[in-house]
Amino acid sequence: MTKACALKLFVTMVALVLAALVVLLVMAHRPAIAPIARPDPRGFDPGAIARGANLARLGNCVSCHQAAGGRPYAGGYPVKTPFGTIHGSNITPDATTGIGGWSRTAFAQAMREGVGRDGSHLYPAFPYTHYAGVTDGDIDALYAFLMTRPAVHATPPANDLIPPLGFRPLLAGWKLLFFHPRPLGAVRSQSAAWNRGRYIGETLAHCSACHSPRGLLQQEKRGDAAYDGGWSGGWYAPPINPRSPAVRAWTPERLYAYFRTGLSRHHAAAAGPMGPVTYNLARAAPADVHALATYYAWWMRDAPAARAEPPLPDRRALAERQHRDGARLYAGACATCHEPGAPMVVAGRPVLPLGTPLHEDNPRDTIQIILQGLRPPVEASGPYMPAYADALTDRQIADIVGYLKARHGTGPAWTDLEDKVAKARKESR
Amino acid sequence: MIASRRDVLGGLVVAFSLAPAALAQTGGGEGRGGPPTVAPELPGTLAKFPDLDAWIRIAPDGRVTVFTGKVELGTGIKTAIAQLAADELDVALGRIDLITADTGLTPNEGVTAGSQTLEQSGTAVANAAANVRLLLAEAAATRWGVVATDLFTRDGEVLDGRGRRVSYADLAASLSLAVHARADVPRKRRDARRLIGRSVPRVDLPAKLTGLAAYVHDMRLPGMVHARVLRGPGSGTRGRFDFAAMARLSGVDRIVRRGTFAAIVGTREWPLERALHAAARGGWQAGPDANAPGPLPEALLRMRRESRTIEDRHDDPHAVPVRRLSARYDRPYLMHGAIGPSCAVALFENDVLTVWTHSQGVEPLRAAIAELLAMPLERVRCVHREGAGCYGHNGADDVAGDAALVAIAMPGIPVRLQWSREQEHGWEPLGPAMLAWLDASLDASGRIVAWQHQVWSNTHSTRPSAAGDLLAGQEVIPPFPATPPEPIPQPNGGGDRNAIPLYRFPNSQVVSHFLPDMPVRVSALRGLGAHLNIFALESFIDELADAAGRDPVAFRLAHLDDPRAIAVIGRAAAQFGWQHYRPSPNRGRGFAFARYKNHGAYLAVALDVEFVPDEGRLIVHRAVAAVDSGEAVNPDGIRNQVEGGIVQSLSWTAYEAAGLDGGRRTDYDWSTYPILRFGDAPRSVVIDVIDRPGAPFLGTGECAQGPTAAALANALAAATGTRSRSLPIARAGARFA
Amino acid sequence: MIKLKINGAVARADVDPATPLLYVLRDDLGLHAAKFGCGLGQCGSCTVLVDDRPVFACLLPVGAIGTRAVTTVEGLGTAEAPGTVQRAFLDEQAGQCGYCIPGMIARAEGLLRRTTTPTEEEVRSAMAPSLCRCGTHMRILRAVRRAAAARGGGVVDPAEPVA
Repeated sequence: MTKACALKLFVTMVALVLAALVVLLVMAHRPAIAPIARPDPRGFDPGAIARGANLARLGNCVSCHQAAGGRPYAGGYPVKTPFGTIHGSNITPDATTGIGGWSRTAFAQAMREGVGRDGSHLYPAFPYTHYAGVTDGDIDALYAFLMTRPAVHATPPANDLIPPLGFRPLLAGWKLLFFHPRPLGAVRSQSAAWNRGRYIGETLAHCSACHSPRGLLQQEKRGDAAYDGGWSGGWYAPPINPRSPAVRAWTPERLYAYFRTGLSRHHAAAAGPMGPVTYNLARAAPADVHALATYYAWWMRDAPAARAEPPLPDRRALAERQHRDGARLYAGACATCHEPGAPMVVAGRPVLPLGTPLHEDNPRDTIQIILQGLRPPVEASGPYMPAYADALTDRQIADIVGYLKARHGTGPAWTDLEDKVAKARKESR
Repeated sequence: MIASRRDVLGGLVVAFSLAPAALAQTGGGEGRGGPPTVAPELPGTLAKFPDLDAWIRIAPDGRVTVFTGKVELGTGIKTAIAQLAADELDVALGRIDLITADTGLTPNEGVTAGSQTLEQSGTAVANAAANVRLLLAEAAATRWGVVATDLFTRDGEVLDGRGRRVSYADLAASLSLAVHARADVPRKRRDARRLIGRSVPRVDLPAKLTGLAAYVHDMRLPGMVHARVLRGPGSGTRGRFDFAAMARLSGVDRIVRRGTFAAIVGTREWPLERALHAAARGGWQAGPDANAPGPLPEALLRMRRESRTIEDRHDDPHAVPVRRLSARYDRPYLMHGAIGPSCAVALFENDVLTVWTHSQGVEPLRAAIAELLAMPLERVRCVHREGAGCYGHNGADDVAGDAALVAIAMPGIPVRLQWSREQEHGWEPLGPAMLAWLDASLDASGRIVAWQHQVWSNTHSTRPSAAGDLLAGQEVIPPFPATPPEPIPQPNGGGDRNAIPLYRFPNSQVVSHFLPDMPVRVSALRGLGAHLNIFALESFIDELADAAGRDPVAFRLAHLDDPRAIAVIGRAAAQFGWQHYRPSPNRGRGFAFARYKNHGAYLAVALDVEFVPDEGRLIVHRAVAAVDSGEAVNPDGIRNQVEGGIVQSLSWTAYEAAGLDGGRRTDYDWSTYPILRFGDAPRSVVIDVIDRPGAPFLGTGECAQGPTAAALANALAAATGTRSRSLPIARAGARFA
Repeated sequence: MIKLKINGAVARADVDPATPLLYVLRDDLGLHAAKFGCGLGQCGSCTVLVDDRPVFACLLPVGAIGTRAVTTVEGLGTAEAPGTVQRAFLDEQAGQCGYCIPGMIARAEGLLRRTTTPTEEEVRSAMAPSLCRCGTHMRILRAVRRAAAARGGGVVDPAEPVA
């Protein structure tokens, strides 16, 4: 190629990029909505506020919008993504640092279109791809609820994203590719509870945000891959579709109990991100939680355990032979609580092989539970497990995990455990 | 020989406790029987043990041994009593060796309970020490041919001020202390005191903070073996054990059985822990005493009861009530929840059984164990060694009985028996569930003119005095009968402790409904009935103040005569800034006052509390209290106890309720029975101690439980507009930070 | 035979390697500070430091320690010469029954080795795994603030000022 040709090519490329950028900026541009004076909390209908409170529980809003040691809805919670860390914003009605100046229109625009009051695009870590399906009445109720919370003056830390992802107009391009909201019509062949559960689960509760796999640009995969398992906060959210690895059926009753109490006697306690989820579902309207349980039990109706619940494996002698170090560690560090005869087992808390982690196709959840432990998810009392991150080395945790999988696990073998423990430590908060 | 004493030697006339009836009951009425009063003119327990050498001995090397029949529970009495002895005797604190309750060595002061240690034992020791100092001075005076009142004492010596000096050790060699104390020996003048009234650091803390053996749990005797008892998971159950299989477990050297009592013995602890779990695999069945109480608190109203009217005043039959209120308050069964599960060490050697125990009552325990083993009392010795805070009758006595049964089977071998966490949770006696009904009327001027308080409660003491009161005593064959429960009479009271208001109400009736049937194992928990009664009374006072449109503090003051009560209320309110407080949304202040047992310490407390509704979180921003314990021997010790009582009562009142399934316990560890953690601790606690030198010591250890409960309820009512009358306040929905 | 590095010295114990460290400390090595409170990792009475991090000695098999350095409260100071944290606890008279306190001291030491300028929230959060039933929390927190200052730092936004 001649120098002149190369130069012409170069200039054309630059022009094209600039043109694309201009198109992007034009497309991305959304006008700001004028701020309003903070609405008087007394002007909202108490019924709407109560409905909004329930919807906020179902949506688990406070989990991303409250920092450790901070006030509810005042923001500051760090959401780690492959692209960096995004902090939940202050959605209390504070005039300067919160959404006190947001009209109902601005609020609806953020929730359903992912655009802030000032016209900036919002990162889909805020799952507006789901909230796009929230009804007008529910938007009104949520608005009433949020605008009647105590106003907290707090500025969350700045986001920490890989450049150039801090450039918000790029999100317009992301939306072009991946944000195609469709109304959720009712499915007449299904019950009212199922339809209600679908509405809640697909919009407010945004379950697939954790439980579905994501593509390279973090878009949720749909179709056959829907609910095929995903990642959240360093934990693995297992499939909740026909490929659910649970060894006990998730019936609507069992799911309901799990959602309301944070514990399923046929599975395990809610751990990691499911802790806050169940904390909030325990305080939501029982009929709505029942609906959610109905819907997701339907999703798992063809899972292996739904058809037949296998006997729980306990290959004690084999596991001890293959993982001598792990067995010894387990005896001193774990057996006191987890073996038959342990007080919590005598009292009816589920034994280890019932829990889904040992049957998943990767060891992440088993590792994280050992590293981080567990706090009572729903009330002050409840399942409690200490954290072993400081007591045991990566190698030792890997030994225990290997032992547990050999003794109680099903599903594909787990490899490179020590590396995976090291990786899990990095991913933990 | 009573002559007036001159100021040179001392000038404070000894002050007697004002409630002789209270003194007649050991441990605030929680013990039974006890030695008789032989010298009623003497103060404190000197009245029962008037000989000075029962309390103080001086060794040839000058070290002073002081004996007390009370025990250190973490309240700081070891330090306070040593301060009293050292100051009154005029020796350095470091020269005192304090021996706490040992049935072989110390005066029988019954149970360390009811916040009576300083009132009974402290008073006795202080006066005994003053007596001994006088005797030493008189001995020196005789030696030198002078008058005792011309002499001085300092740091273990008597001096004549002109060069002659003689050590106490020297004098003691030819001085008998086996003499009666004299009632009129003056205590040390305030300005001459070096220790009393000062915040002397706790003498026992350095060892505890640096790992020196300090607890019964730390005892290691030569040849000692370890043991674990085998029981069902909790009260109301019985375990099913395969003893043959257990005997084959590695680390189980021996199984000791008697009737259904069973314990495993070995040389190492870990194998025994594993054996305990293996044993639990056999499952359990309902025990013979499993009885469901029915849903609380209504079940209390339906139980068999013995009702007693403990106050019935109609001083103003012409009062005209214009507004009448009534309310019901209740609390569930509560755990002691000692951080360290109970433990005992026992050794049967040369026909004598010695038990080292953290029981609050070594004397009655000794009797119970002697009966259990059919041994003469003289051959059983119970020695107190510290345990974790017990806050009343927990597993300490039972584990001592367990250890004794094992030791008897293994003569010459010391046995250390440790309860597991789940055994402590499942078997310790609980603080009783209670219900109070209050009814009062205001007249046109907003004054309370009629007052009725009814309270329903089990006994608050099943402290063992007989073998049948120990768990092991129920398991041997034939089982021993348990001592029938009895109410603790006023002025101490059990379930009716603090049910009689201190306020000046012209018409007042208080009825105590004693419930003798105990479907759930219960006994004394710190404060006894005062926690619920003051919670009820002080919550109700606020409700009446609200109905009368009066400020809660002013309303209380308007109904009080007692100047010391008025003083603590005023001080707490001022320190808190009650007048200037500005409420904000979901945040409010609450106040409460009580005089423990109406003859103990005075305490007023104000709380600034916030409730975060979307989180269900309780934040105590500030707690400010004023306390009057009479003469403050160790002001920081008082502050420590009151701070601790406030924080513990916040935990009880806000969060705690023992789990029951019928009559069976369902709590087995801290995950089932959570208590306050650091995230919930108040942001600030300030305690103001009002010191009254010369005034009798007033029991302080339990004075904060009741007022804190009411202050919390009152603050939350102000913060949220909703009043909780049923404990625990936070229940489901609240969580720890 | 298990070889351990405890408080800077080599210790040996002839025990089953699955034995939790707590029992080895108390029964074989005469180190009584760490206490048995639950054996379940719920109360923190057994807390010791392993490579400067607080761990529950009741759940750490002695065979898992390897060459990591174990520090118990005995290694932080003596009654005659208390360490910084112990000194702070004594100055604040932070103890009633005292049973939980060695665990608190170990946990506080672990926090201060990580940072001498924790926030009040960080202190409460770091201490939360340790339970106190006597209600000594206020004094324990004061002791931690005092110890942080003594180490050249100080608690950021303390709930109560350091006296």
